[in-house]
Amino acid sequence: MKYLSQFCIILGFTLLGETLQRLLPLPIPSSVYGLVLLFLALCFGIVKLEQVKAAGAFLTGIMSVLFVSPAVSIVSNWELIRPQLLPICLLILASTVITFGISGSVTQLLQKKGGASHD
Amino acid sequence: MTELLSVPILPLILTLAAFQVGRVLQARFRSPFLNPILIAVILVLAFLFATGMPVAEYQLGMGSISWLLTPATICLAIPMYEQFQVLKKNLPMILAGVVAGSLSCMAMVVCTGLFLRFHPLLTVSLLPKSITTAIGVALTEMSDGMPGITTAAIIFTGILGSILGPVLCKLFHLTDPVAQGVAFGTAAHVIGTAKATELNALSGAVSSLSLVVAGLLTAVVFPLITAML
Repeated sequence: MKYLSQFCIILGFTLLGETLQRLLPLPIPSSVYGLVLLFLALCFGIVKLEQVKAAGAFLTGIMSVLFVSPAVSIVSNWELIRPQLLPICLLILASTVITFGISGSVTQLLQKKGGASHD
Repeated sequence: MTELLSVPILPLILTLAAFQVGRVLQARFRSPFLNPILIAVILVLAFLFATGMPVAEYQLGMGSISWLLTPATICLAIPMYEQFQVLKKNLPMILAGVVAGSLSCMAMVVCTGLFLRFHPLLTVSLLPKSITTAIGVALTEMSDGMPGITTAAIIFTGILGSILGPVLCKLFHLTDPVAQGVAFGTAAHVIGTAKATELNALSGAVSSLSLVVAGLLTAVVFPLITAML
């Protein structure tokens, strides 16, 4: 029963997210609204960690399986990407390297500057 | 045989079985190329090709569980909250790194797309390449992009980040475990986080926080960029 009540709380935030997405004129996915709301609810103690943790771990654990279906639709887009396959792959490679370097370097620079310790 | 293809739960069973094969292979050989999603997609496509089952019919069958993606994405708030408590002191440095990385990633995709004259919808679909699939696919769908391309680009990015990460840490002289975590999480989302966790527990924690922050930040900036394309 623990999972059932936890799942209900998570579905409550899903409903809130869907509602906000329909009410607000911003182009933001309902899952992002739900994520931010659940995060705030946890921060302000409206929802306790133990009230969502087990079902949440289950849902995030099965998430990878849910990506198979959207990924399969790549066959429908194959004609569009085929002529530009090489530039697309190079772009993905280059941008991954650069994003890795910039994000890590900025954090490291600030860590050293601030003299922050990790204890 | 044809009657069997019309069993409504068949796509789900097929997907779970294919994913399981991928997981077993990954556990056996420990190679980042053997990503379970990648293997499952290849096996599912092979099945559809062999039996002649249309992709649309397969996806209709998957609709029975696809809706779980929204509540699952919302649950990313839970690890984010947990890491937030632990990493309070390092938060400004982490956020600065994620913002710098995510923005340069998007800028690079947009500039390349304009320079090489990609179809605008192709650029839109490649834009969320470094963030978690959960938010990336939602963003692409919202802008009429192609979720198949987005998912493929995201998985490819994750695999690259996981393989190249340790080398890139040396190349960019990233010695600080917090900085390493930010790099893995911002550039290579969940797949990168798995690698970061292998290197160092602190890097893994920072990486899992960074990937959610990068996803949220991209979700906010994304509509502004697609409006210009």
